[in-house]
Amino acid sequence: MAANEAKRSADLKVEGLQKRFGDVVALDGVSLDITSGELLTILGPSGSGKTTLLKVVAGFEKPDAGEVRIDGTDITALPPAKRDIGMVFQNYALFPHLTVRANVAFPLEMRNVARVEIDRRVGETLQLVELAGYDQRLPKQLSGGQQQRVALARAIVFNPRLLLLDEPFGALDRKLRETMQLEVRRLQRRLGLTTIFITHDQEEALVLSDRVAVMNKGRIQQVATTTEIYERPANDFVADFVGESNIFHGTVTEPGVISLEGGRRLLVNSTARTVGQRLGVLMRPERFSRGTNVFAGEVKEAVYLGVSFKLRIACDDGLELIVRQPARGELPAPGTRMSVSIDPGDIHVF
Amino acid sequence: MSSRLGGFLPAVPALLLLFFFFLFPVVRMLGYSVEGGSFEWYAKALGEGLYLQVFWNTFEIALFVTAICLLLGYPLGFLLATTTPFWATLGFIFVLLPLWTSVLVRTYAWMVLLGRNGVFNRLLVQSGLIADPLPLLNNFTGVLIGMVHVLLPYMVLPIYGAVRRVDPALISAAQGLGASNARIFRRVYLPLTLPGIFAGAVIVFVLSLGFYITPALLGGGRVIMVAVMIEQQVHQTLNWPFAAALSASLLVVTFAVYAAAQRFTRSATEA
Repeated sequence: MAANEAKRSADLKVEGLQKRFGDVVALDGVSLDITSGELLTILGPSGSGKTTLLKVVAGFEKPDAGEVRIDGTDITALPPAKRDIGMVFQNYALFPHLTVRANVAFPLEMRNVARVEIDRRVGETLQLVELAGYDQRLPKQLSGGQQQRVALARAIVFNPRLLLLDEPFGALDRKLRETMQLEVRRLQRRLGLTTIFITHDQEEALVLSDRVAVMNKGRIQQVATTTEIYERPANDFVADFVGESNIFHGTVTEPGVISLEGGRRLLVNSTARTVGQRLGVLMRPERFSRGTNVFAGEVKEAVYLGVSFKLRIACDDGLELIVRQPARGELPAPGTRMSVSIDPGDIHVF
Repeated sequence: MSSRLGGFLPAVPALLLLFFFFLFPVVRMLGYSVEGGSFEWYAKALGEGLYLQVFWNTFEIALFVTAICLLLGYPLGFLLATTTPFWATLGFIFVLLPLWTSVLVRTYAWMVLLGRNGVFNRLLVQSGLIADPLPLLNNFTGVLIGMVHVLLPYMVLPIYGAVRRVDPALISAAQGLGASNARIFRRVYLPLTLPGIFAGAVIVFVLSLGFYITPALLGGGRVIMVAVMIEQQVHQTLNWPFAAALSASLLVVTFAVYAAAQRFTRSATEA
């Protein structure tokens, strides 16, 4: 079964998608390439256009311009029923009047699969999502996590060419969400299923993805691997949206040195930057330990977070920094003087 | 305890009203029907072929009206639930219009339309579609048309509500899973709107059983329903005990239909 599915799994190409709703531009020239078997997360705040993008791929919305291709075939004009795409909806969208078994059998029945074959595949898929024995239950008799598994089973049972997940874990509590994330990842790998996962939760994106596409205001801001997105964001938005960050802007005054607005000079590692160029600077709060850039200042706010202290430090040179330090010893009281430093290699310039 | 009593108080006027003007008359009527402790009027109502025939006619008409209302009402309710707000509002005005019109005006309007020289027949004859006027008035057909017209909203409204309650995500899901429109209707909309269909059918059927003015006028005295017969007993033969026995029988039958439908609905929605 797994081999069978891996063979059918497709690559997806989306090109120049435009979509407006009245005055609102939901998609403003979106292009994406997803290779066969890959799990790509689309990460963005609400209203960024990520759900519209998913609907266009699934066929529920027609784009104003641009095309969607699966394995090179243009499917932009194809209705959803003919696309062979499995989708898991935000609130699962299980048929409330059908049993678990009938829900999962639904896409197979729509494809006129033989009775015996339906029984076999439904059984196998329910086993795969660890719901064997629940087949005669109604959706309302299941917990949120179980409903989620049924939705997943229903979306993969017919060997779709593509799997789409639209913020599927939003309604689950944190523990269950983490379990489900790992489970989706395991299943997706095992089946080799090309998958697009939509979320506004950056942590979820980092856990799940091969690559992440960060979206804002109808545009893709950056598509890259999870480490790339975190370590080397392409712009302010990505740097700010993914993880905690200290973002500043400045001008290159000599190779390897950036003068921030306000006068502070920073040693950075980036090679051969043109003098006079305006750049963004990102310092992750957990990267302050030791280094040549030293900041002295006063603690304004200190929060104990179990693993770490989160400190807001007003520096003498006018900068305000968010710094994370391993939680050891006493939590520094507000007003405490302290200095932190960061290595040029830990400063990302963009 | 006092708070429970307090919650009960505002309902007292309505309960008093119901007691004096509804429950009390019904009990009085039941008393009439067994006057002198004899059940002879019930024996007559349910034992003589003529009266049984009227009961049967009433059922037949109610069934036909319900079936026609369902056939017309489902597509209409579905359309109203899925169209744009503008068309839905406009549609509702037309659907509800008969309820806002006086029974007599409505019924006489149908007589003008349906008569031998009525608007319909004149149009049909003049356009050459038919040679002779169709018998649309003073018969079964006329009664059906008039009753369906006024009872249609009772079918459309619950169906409209049921269709509106279907989560649009379910329809998207069904499409995405490969279902054609016909199959979406049969596998998703129909089962999920079944409670609305039952509710509408029960209301229409039960209301049909007690119809009086419409069959009396549009049936031209040739279509006798139970209510028409009761009126004749009260006004023409002045046989109050028999009228009461007929009324009580109709009441029991109506309750029985209602109870059976409730049970059926409950088992259907739980399955």
